[in-house]
Formats: sequence, C-alpha cells, structure tokens
Amino acid sequence: LQCSSELMVPLLFPSYILADPREVIYLDKIQFEEGARAVPLSGHVGFDSMPDQLVNKSVNHGFCFNILCVGETGLGKSTLMDTLFNTKFEGESTQHNQPGVQLKSNTYELQESNVRLKLNVVNTVGFGDQINKEDSYKSIVEFIDAQFEAYLQEELKIKRTLHSYHDTRIHACLYFIAPTGHSLKSLDLVTMKKLDSKVNIIPIIAKSDAISKSELAKFKIKITSELVSNGVQIYQFPTDDETVAEINSTMNGHLPFAVVGSTEEVKIGNKMVRARQYPWGTVQVENENHCDFVKLREMLIRVNMEDLREQTHTRHYELYRRCKLEEMGFKDTDPDSKPFSLQETYEAKRNEFMGELQKKEEEMRQMFVQRVKEKEGELKEAEKELHEKFDRLKKLHQDEKKKLEDKKKALDDELNSFKQKKTAAELLQAQTQQAGSSSTLKKDKERKK
Amino acid sequence: MADVGKTPVARNEKTNSEFGYVGIDAILEQMRRKAMKQGFEFNIMVVGQSGLGKSTLMNTLFKSKVSRRSLMTTEEDRIPKTIEIKSISHDIEEKGVRMKLTVIDTPGFGDQINNENCWQPIMKFINAQYEQYLQEEINIERKKRIPDSRVHCCIYFIPPTGHCLRPIDIEFMRHLSKVVNIVPVIAKADTLTLEERDFFKQKIRADLRANEIDVYPQKEFDEDAEDRIVNEKIREMIPFAVVGSDQEYQVNGKRLLGRKTRWGTVEVENTAHCEFAYLRDLLIRTHMQNIKDITSSIHYEMYRVRRLNENNTQPNGQTAIHANSVPEHEVLSHEM
Repeated sequence: LQCSSELMVPLLFPSYILADPREVIYLDKIQFEEGARAVPLSGHVGFDSMPDQLVNKSVNHGFCFNILCVGETGLGKSTLMDTLFNTKFEGESTQHNQPGVQLKSNTYELQESNVRLKLNVVNTVGFGDQINKEDSYKSIVEFIDAQFEAYLQEELKIKRTLHSYHDTRIHACLYFIAPTGHSLKSLDLVTMKKLDSKVNIIPIIAKSDAISKSELAKFKIKITSELVSNGVQIYQFPTDDETVAEINSTMNGHLPFAVVGSTEEVKIGNKMVRARQYPWGTVQVENENHCDFVKLREMLIRVNMEDLREQTHTRHYELYRRCKLEEMGFKDTDPDSKPFSLQETYEAKRNEFMGELQKKEEEMRQMFVQRVKEKEGELKEAEKELHEKFDRLKKLHQDEKKKLEDKKKALDDELNSFKQKKTAAELLQAQTQQAGSSSTLKKDKERKK
Repeated sequence: MADVGKTPVARNEKTNSEFGYVGIDAILEQMRRKAMKQGFEFNIMVVGQSGLGKSTLMNTLFKSKVSRRSLMTTEEDRIPKTIEIKSISHDIEEKGVRMKLTVIDTPGFGDQINNENCWQPIMKFINAQYEQYLQEEINIERKKRIPDSRVHCCIYFIPPTGHCLRPIDIEFMRHLSKVVNIVPVIAKADTLTLEERDFFKQKIRADLRANEIDVYPQKEFDEDAEDRIVNEKIREMIPFAVVGSDQEYQVNGKRLLGRKTRWGTVEVENTAHCEFAYLRDLLIRTHMQNIKDITSSIHYEMYRVRRLNENNTQPNGQTAIHANSVPEHEVLSHEM
C-alpha cells in the first residue's frame, strides 16, 4: 500500500470524553485556542477561496461609509468632500447666522468598477458661528450617539435584520482646523476631547495654502503637542498588519494633514489638474509638494477604510453599548455571580418599571382622593355656615316680627283704651250735656213756674 | 516624501466621477487582508450509522486526518450504547488562508435497536451551540470576535440501499433541517451502478419533497436570480453520491485517491465515477461562506427569536425595552 508520508502521521487522540454508557454527553464548551492543533494538508482542498467568497458576498451587498465633517463654516468642508470623491455633491453654501449647530446628512451612491459605495457625508452647519460656543459640541455628540443608539436598538430587537441594516454610524470624523498658523482654538480642543471616545478623529488643517511651508511645520508640531498634552486620542492608522504597517506608521507622523480642496481644473503643462489659481502661482491639489491631499485620500479611502469601519464597530460602538446597558441597570453577573441573561434583566427591568408606574398611579390616585376629600370638607363647611346664617337671619326676622307684633298689640291696646276712654269721655260729655240741658230745662221750667 | 503608492492615471470607469480614480474599490483588498489576518472558522457535523465511511469522507474532503478513524484496537472498537457527540478542532492552512475546522462526529446514531428520538441529542447539541453564542452576544462586556461554534453544516449519510429513504432518515432530516443546513449524501456509492444511483436519487428527492424537508441549498434563501440558477443545478444533483478514500493509487501514471478492488479502481475525484468533487466544491470552494451566512443570519436568528420570545408575553416580536403596553408579566420559566 502506497501512502504518502503525511498520511502515516500517527494520530494523537485529542481530548474527548468517552461516554458513560448510560448518558449522552457532549462537549458544549469548545475553547477557541486550545484543543485545535495544526494539521498538514496532503493536497489542495480549496478553502483558500474563502477570502474571495467573503469579498464577493460583500460586493453583492454593497458597502457603506459615513464621514462626519466638523469645522467652522467656510473652511472648505464641502469642497474637500467633492475633491476626495471626485463628484459634485449638491448643496448650497451655508449661512453664518445659524442659532445653533445642526448636522446635515447627505447620502450618495458611488460606484467604481464593481464596488458600490453608499457614502454618507454629515456636515456641521453653523459650527463656530455662535457668540457663545459652549454648547457647540453637544449636538455633534448627540448625533453620533443617536446613530449608535439606532444600531443598538436594531441589535436588541427580537426579530432583527442586522445583515441588511443600513449602518449610519460615523466611521470617520474629519476635524477641520482653521489655518491660523498658531495653535488650536479652545473650541477645537474641547470638541475633540468630547468626540475622541466616540469616533475616529482625523484632524486636518483646512485651506492650508494660506500657510507657508515653514509655518506649516511649526503649526503641525504645535497642534500635535497640544493634542497630546490635552489627552485627545486621535485615530492612529493601524500598524499591526505588515503589508501596510510601514506606510501607516509614516503617515501617522504626517498628521494633521494639511489639505487643499478644489474642483476646478487648471492646465499645467499639457495636463488638466485640479488646482487653485492665484496671481502668484497655482496650488495643485494632487501635488504632494503642495499639500497633503493625496496622503489623506490614500489613508482615508485606499488603505484604511475597512479598518475605520471595524474600529467604529468594535471599539466605539462597544463602548457606547456597554455604557448604555450599564446605565439602564444591566449587569453581566449579580452578586451571587450567577450570570443574568439579558432577557431576565429585561423582565426584571420591565417589572420594576411597571411597578414604578403603578406606584406613581397609586400616588396620584391617593392625592386625588385627598384633594377631593378636602374640597368636600370645605364645601361642607361652607354649607354649614350658610345654614347657620340662614337660621340666624330667620331667627332675627322672627324676633323682629314678634317685636313688631308686640308693638302693634301695644299700640292696638292703647288705641282701644283710648277709644274706650274717648267713648267714655264722649258718653260722659253727652251725659253731662243732657244733664246740663235737662238741668237747664229744669231751671227753665222752674222759672217759668 | 513617503511612498504613498502610485496614483493611477485617470481611469474612465463606469463611475459618476468627473476627474478620475478615487480608490473606493481598494476596500476589497482591505477586506481580503483583514480576512486573511483573522482566519476563518468552519464547523461541520457528520451524521450516519457506523460503517458508512463518515470519517473517511471527512479526511478525504480536507486531505488530512481530521476525523478519528476506526484504527482503534478491538477493545475500543465498539459501537457506543448511546449517541455520543464528539467535536475535534484542527487548524489548517492553505496559501496563507488559515481555517479552524471543527468536525463533529456522532457515533452511535442509528445503531441502536430502538432508534426513537435519535435526533434529539443532536438537536440539543446544535441548540446548545446557538445558546452559547447568544449568551456571549448579549453580554455587556463581550469579546471582540465571538468564537463561533455553531454547526454550519450537517452531512447526513444515507446508506446505499438503492430503494428510498428509511423512516429514520426522514425523521432525522425533518427535524434537523429546521435548525441547521443539511447536506444529504449517498454513502459508499461505489456499490450502486449509475442507473441504480439515478433511480435512488430520484426516489430520495421525491421523499424529501413529500415530507417537506428543505435541505441545503434551501429554495427560500436564494438571494437573486443568479443565485437561483446556480442553486437549481445543485438541487438537481443532490444527494451527492460519494466515495471516500485517503489512500492513493497509481492510475494511468498518476497518483490518485481511490479505492482499489479486484475489478478496478474507483477514482474519488473523478466525476465520472462519483460525485465527491461536486460535494467538495459545494462545501468548500464555492458555498462555504454562503453556508455560514445562512447559519448565522437565518438559523441562529430563528433560534434567538424563539429564545427571546419564550419569556415575552407578546408573541409579535416587539422589543422588551419598549414593552410599555404589556399588561402583565409572566414568571420566568426557562433554565440557563
């Protein structure tokens, strides 16, 4: 029997557990690193096509890339995007009188050979225009967080479609530094410090044709030292893969990139190049002696686009997720070190929340009942008062009436007695008169006699 | 000045660029680099009665001793009394591409007198892998790359009876095709003539259809027309009639893998003799990534939905976070 030598390598039985005849057992915790041993292949198997299979799938799916441009108005953000991606992105130039910083997002579909890219460019409108810039960074941070939140929500859904989710998380933040030639503005430092744990920051010096070469070198050094002394973490091009380690580490030393953007073409020699034409000369965008535009394009797009996306997902997003979940009260293990499942914690949280809602409802109801009682009491009081008043008045009225009646009676009595007296007096008078007259008569008679 | 790489002269591609080459397609190369650095994982399970050549087929597929063969001494050479599940991992490398291959063997399957519910331990194992992945995924602090132990593909060995599927085959495939990609193969196909083979295949396909068993590549997961055309061709050929061998023989001046008998040598990689090459191409060279994708985005997601719904009062899949309208809570009943 002819066998090639590799096939005759004796087997070292790897660790598995023989079954207890009465039980079914299985290895359900497969360690990643240990347990796997390298085995030589005796022929071509064909899984070297896996990277191609993976790439093909991604090509079919399309890619997406989201860039955030942070910088004051008028630093040439839109022009730079146009120049980088060789297109004319639509949009008018912004005004300077914005009340606050807003983020405007535009999505473009670009295609090059068989690669379809959904490019999302987010611009900070009105950044640096306000008199009071204390809150300028807030809307930017909120925007970035909102994208993470949207992804987190999708990830936590029960029925989710992660593989076809349109990723809006910001993969790269180009921070435009004004070409003052001196140092970073405090707004820049504050903003970058707030953003460095949330997004990959690539600082660039905008409109760098305003600075001379010597000033530029000093400027770059100053900026880098200020960033370091303030603890701002900018994106470092990765140096762990040997294919790109060299170029990436060189480029890391050229940060921040001094760029010039232009979509206008000027004829230099017998070629049309993109440039900015001044009376004293022409700044060619793609001339590496003139500016770092080519370096930026190389690093951002041609070498590290995938790494930027990966860092966003594995570092910045994971940090956000961890903080958010911890904030909501989830833990990985409870004090008895029994691992919670997210589901259990959801349940617990939900119960807690419902409990709180119920408690609040109870409280409100109690308060309502209380108030009603009070009001009732007040009303009752008032009613009682009214009744009392009424009674009093009635009594008063009756008293008055009685008094009046008494008085009337008295008067009547008086009247009656007066009448009586009067009658008696009249009678007496009448009698007296009669007697007088009769006596007069008698007298007269006597006289006559 | 650092070497920034040659900027190519403006290429007139089918782009909306007015000036020239941007370099977006460099992302393909970046992805390839990343994939090569990370390596790949693939977990394949073999199910079938003992003696059907499962281990040999695995060794033939991956051109190395990835599966324990029955080279054991007679004391150990036994049929297990119950189904065992044994998982063995290997690091293999080819042209710079590293792969962690895990072969999951199921000795004892179908070997008992009473094989009722033989599929259960296997189903349990598969679900346990999904569970392990889910647990890692819902951790607060989770690993950068979650180790993937989910079974991507289950190769089911059909004994070459030549008639039709047996009840155990149907039972197994019916249950398992819902949770994992099943690739049925006719084992030891060198005992069937070509006519017998075709007849057998037709019967098997009819049986699968009659029992509504969806084997890989599943019709419902075809992504587009192009996919469908390719997959239809495959669906017309399954189950592949395979022969495995890890011994080489001299045939026509070449050294080939084969099985030598008195009446001839069966060449394993000769498509006129058996369909091993088609199986290998499907599993490894063309559809490996697709198999993994279906496992992660369909089978795993289904498991996850089931699992997270187990304790939800709402069956319509709303997230637990937004469950403000849930009128009542239920007692948690699942075990970890």
